[in-house]
Amino acid sequence: MSVNAGFAGALPDDGHAGGSSAEGSKVERRPIIRDGAGWDSAAARALERTWSDAPGLLGFLRTNDHKRIGRRFIVTALLFFVAAGVLAAVMRVQLAVPDNHVVGPDLYDQLFTMHGTTMMFVFAVPVMQGLSVYFVPLMVGTRNTAFPRMTQCAYWIYAVGALTFWVAFALNTGADAGWFAYVPLTGPQYGVGHRADLWNNLVNFTEAMGLMVAVDIATVILKMRAPGMSLRRMPLFVWASLVTSVMIIFAMPSVMLAANLVSFDRTFGTHFFNPAEGGDVLLWQHLFWFFGHPEVYFIFIPALGFVSTIIPVFARRPMFGHDAVVMSLIATGFLAFGLWVHHMFATNLPELGKSFFTAMSYMIAIPTAVQIFCWIATLWTGRLNLRVPLLFVLGFFFILVLGGLSGIMVGSVPLDLQVHDTYFVVAHLHYVLIGGAVFPLFGALHYWFPKVTGRMLDERLGRWQFWLFFVGFNVAFFPMHILGLQGMPRRMYTYGAETGWGPLNLVATIGAALIAVSVLLFLINVIRSRLHGARAGDDPWGASTLEWSTRSPPPQYNFVALPVVTSREPLWVPRPSGAPTHVSGLSAEDREGLVTTVLDALPDVRYSYPEPTIWPFVAAWAVWGWLFWSGLSSAGMFWGLIPPALAFIGWYWPSNKETTRQLLLDKRP
Amino acid sequence: MSVFTRWFGLLDSGRRETTPASVPPVRIGDALDVANLPSYGFGTRNLMWWGNAGMMTIEAVGFALMVGVYFYLRSLNAVWPNEGRPPDLLWGTLNVVLAIATGFPNAMVDRAANQQNVRKVRIWIVAFAVLTLALLPIRWLEFMALNVRGDASAYGSCVWVLLGLHTFNLVTDVMDTLVVCAVMFKKKIDGKRFVDVAENAGYWWFIIGSWIPIYAVIYLAPRM
Amino acid sequence: MIEALHNVQAPAGPQAEAVYHLWLILLGVCSVVFIGVMAALALAVRRAPRATRDTPPQIELLERREPRVVRGVVIAVAVSGVLLLGLLAASVYTSRALAALPLAEALHIELTAHQWWWEARYDDAEPSRIFVVANELHVPVGRPVVVTLRASDVIHSLWVPSLTGKKDLIPGRTAMIALRADRAGVYRGQCAEFCGYQHAKMALFVIADEPDAWQRWADGQRAPAAAPRTAEEARGRELFETGTCAMCHAVAGTIAGARKAPDLTHVASRSTLAAGAIPNELAARTAWLLDPQAIKPGVRMPATSLSPHDTAAIAAFLGSLR
Repeated sequence: MSVNAGFAGALPDDGHAGGSSAEGSKVERRPIIRDGAGWDSAAARALERTWSDAPGLLGFLRTNDHKRIGRRFIVTALLFFVAAGVLAAVMRVQLAVPDNHVVGPDLYDQLFTMHGTTMMFVFAVPVMQGLSVYFVPLMVGTRNTAFPRMTQCAYWIYAVGALTFWVAFALNTGADAGWFAYVPLTGPQYGVGHRADLWNNLVNFTEAMGLMVAVDIATVILKMRAPGMSLRRMPLFVWASLVTSVMIIFAMPSVMLAANLVSFDRTFGTHFFNPAEGGDVLLWQHLFWFFGHPEVYFIFIPALGFVSTIIPVFARRPMFGHDAVVMSLIATGFLAFGLWVHHMFATNLPELGKSFFTAMSYMIAIPTAVQIFCWIATLWTGRLNLRVPLLFVLGFFFILVLGGLSGIMVGSVPLDLQVHDTYFVVAHLHYVLIGGAVFPLFGALHYWFPKVTGRMLDERLGRWQFWLFFVGFNVAFFPMHILGLQGMPRRMYTYGAETGWGPLNLVATIGAALIAVSVLLFLINVIRSRLHGARAGDDPWGASTLEWSTRSPPPQYNFVALPVVTSREPLWVPRPSGAPTHVSGLSAEDREGLVTTVLDALPDVRYSYPEPTIWPFVAAWAVWGWLFWSGLSSAGMFWGLIPPALAFIGWYWPSNKETTRQLLLDKRP
Repeated sequence: MSVFTRWFGLLDSGRRETTPASVPPVRIGDALDVANLPSYGFGTRNLMWWGNAGMMTIEAVGFALMVGVYFYLRSLNAVWPNEGRPPDLLWGTLNVVLAIATGFPNAMVDRAANQQNVRKVRIWIVAFAVLTLALLPIRWLEFMALNVRGDASAYGSCVWVLLGLHTFNLVTDVMDTLVVCAVMFKKKIDGKRFVDVAENAGYWWFIIGSWIPIYAVIYLAPRM
Repeated sequence: MIEALHNVQAPAGPQAEAVYHLWLILLGVCSVVFIGVMAALALAVRRAPRATRDTPPQIELLERREPRVVRGVVIAVAVSGVLLLGLLAASVYTSRALAALPLAEALHIELTAHQWWWEARYDDAEPSRIFVVANELHVPVGRPVVVTLRASDVIHSLWVPSLTGKKDLIPGRTAMIALRADRAGVYRGQCAEFCGYQHAKMALFVIADEPDAWQRWADGQRAPAAAPRTAEEARGRELFETGTCAMCHAVAGTIAGARKAPDLTHVASRSTLAAGAIPNELAARTAWLLDPQAIKPGVRMPATSLSPHDTAAIAAFLGSLR
């Protein structure tokens, strides 16, 4: 590359402030420390100062560091995973024997609704998004996400929303109509009290969060990748995050609209779902499942990304069929929108239409099959390091494939008419969700724990956790296939002994106990390893993606200099001689990052990340207040908008200090 | 020059589109030095464009679904509107015409922002803001002229919520315009503020663009 | 409680049988695929040499083509596609078979689902031959039955596993299901769409009788209530007519004609009460009358404040309604 004659070829950590302001104000000329030097340079020290948060509670609330926010998402989601799991344990105790009296129908209805809603909305999607928020910027070689304040706000909206939902449960106002909340059971006539309103509220909170994070992740992936990381060189987990984010943008509005329409029916007397006044009960199902089916792919596709991350590292070879895997992810994302009616096969929709959805449901199996065979091929031709992350991936194969095949069964209209809404479906959904998402999640947590904390998780405890979980899961859920065939529907708080369902239910409960022990082991492992675990270096697994090129845990500014990428496996493939290794010239005294072009990641524009501030936290509470108030009264819907409006203005308003500083960095395009 | 070309010329935002990497990074030793790169860019070069595109997609999907709800329920009802009376045409038609007319000052704001001309931006954004504010009371009159209560029937519910969703969008964007306008009157303005103005103008195209089909669904569809 | 069949794998009619055959095909194919994929995985894990973190990764594979592996994956995907097509064909074929049940001389039943009981109206061209039962249907063996499905409150779902797949009963919509029992027996059904507190105790018994036996049953159901034979039964009937019972229940031949709750004209001919929750015996019946909420909490029938003496009378009366 030629050296620009206008630039004096100065050393990386010396430079001059330039820029002009629109009003011709005085331009200060003093050297700004710029990045590009190594770990023990003035630039590194400046970066450390610039990117650190205030200590204590204030720093905690103001931070928009994607790693702190991402960790919060993950920890919060895992806490709710445990909470929802406890509810499941209580259900299993109730169902262990016929005619049991541990819980009555009212509490049981809340249990299965809270369990399902929490797992789907409050655990699964947020934990996947949280891992994206933490790792995507590291994997693409940048310093933060594109809209850090938005993701910061999204976390608080999620946290207060989920907390509200559970506090309501503690106050006997827990949602009780199932995780998909069919009308008319949740409508104004039969949804007595405020339980359904709390469910509608939760949907608003979690979907607002999901959409905000999705826009942020999609933008950072498209526009902030390290120079040289063309789309073809992007890691598979980043592809998965991109596909998921785009899907979320198209699907989540559907459930938000649906939940708000039910809210309007309940609060304002509208008639969307009231057949007596021209509405339709099935409208809810269409709107919900148009979101609901892609929703399971928001959970599944990032997990496929985990598997595609772990396998190459532990098979010591690049992914076989990388391009095919990318196209399969994209195809799955598209096809997921064409399946939703398979949740409605038992309704009186036209039969020919239903068969179309069987065909679509079968079609989506093909891209999944492509990925599975590519993974097996990678393992087949690789050299295997059989550590705990790979163990969870192997468990994923067994359980997910079984779940996918039971999915082929429920996808067939005539067979579904027998097994729909029975324990067969409960078995299927847990096989695909736990096998397809939770097993890879535990693999990913074991894989990435060293990077996040700087310490290794204990290998032996990890193996114990895996085997207990694997055996316990199959003991708990396999019998449910049989129970469904034996006539046991879902959502029954008890059953009679004459049905003969007792013995298999008892077996399932024993399996659930094993699962509980395995989760306990995981928690013990995390706590112990956090305190006493073996120190991990930068790269304990010999991995190939960019997050392993920086410290464990990464400094707040991620990289002392942004990397330049020359290969799909940046840490494995030696750099071609003469190629640049890193980026220099970004201000180390300001939070500066680099915006690159979409296809080939050519450096384009410098970007100033927003400073930490309390406004997103305030705005989240203001939004909470608005949603809560509007659920209770129509006045709330209008007047309640004022606090969020003020909060967003405060958030956006550029302070004079910020403007003055920015003018020093400014350079016209 | 024909009226057509002149009109098109008027709508040209004057964006001086520099090709990406027209200010390429400088090779210094092992590094790619980016100190000389611009600190902001217009159009797809800036992150806000992508964030806005995401938001617009979300809202477009929401509108499309609500329109879908309207036609779905219509397909199940023999009589639609259920009460037989479609909304009065006057205020709705006036408002959509006015909305389309705001395209002109909007284009002017966009062009001034791309040219980074503070004076021009200030003039046009105030004109634009005032014009958009006029849309709000007319929207109120539209609600009054719907000829149905939101809680009277499924049809009533549909039109109130469809118009309501668009109104929510409209109000928030008018508020955004006012805030962006206020910031432009600060003494110190850095380059990114021009980008914000341009992005706000871009968003307004979406408001107009979504307005027209929603107008057609609310006012024209029940008459067909 | 009565012995009843409720197993997808024990079909007693052509609808359930067609689905059962499809199930066997799917089970067979899916099992073979599962074993095949797991075998491939196990083999891959077994034969691959072991490595550690420091084993150099095979980066030459980024450039080098792997034709044999490509061939293997392509074949696997192609086989999967062909199998899926075959299963799709089987599924569509079964759908069409289900729709092709001959419906000549069908019996027509109008089923309305309530929270948490089933109301069945046996239709007839001759209006005087129409009768209403609750929670327990009798159908003639070998004759098709067309059931019209409506819901009065929330969504329910009719599911009798040994006879046919399920169909939802949706407020505001009328659905239809056709079935035929080819063997005499008792088939248990269950509401299969969560419908509130007592969704778990909303069973439906479908009893298939030989045609003559069914005819006798139907004629019996058409008759008005049997007259009370003992003084206690007569007293029970009087309490029934003048107390709260008549506000919800109907007994043909008395002044009780409300339709909010199950029709009790021939309640003693049923083997269970409360949609299968309790056996229809004196002790259970009496306990139910005293406090239905203890047996089926949330059920719409309130506890009566009758004395044990009166309760016994009503229980006896109900026991006489054969």
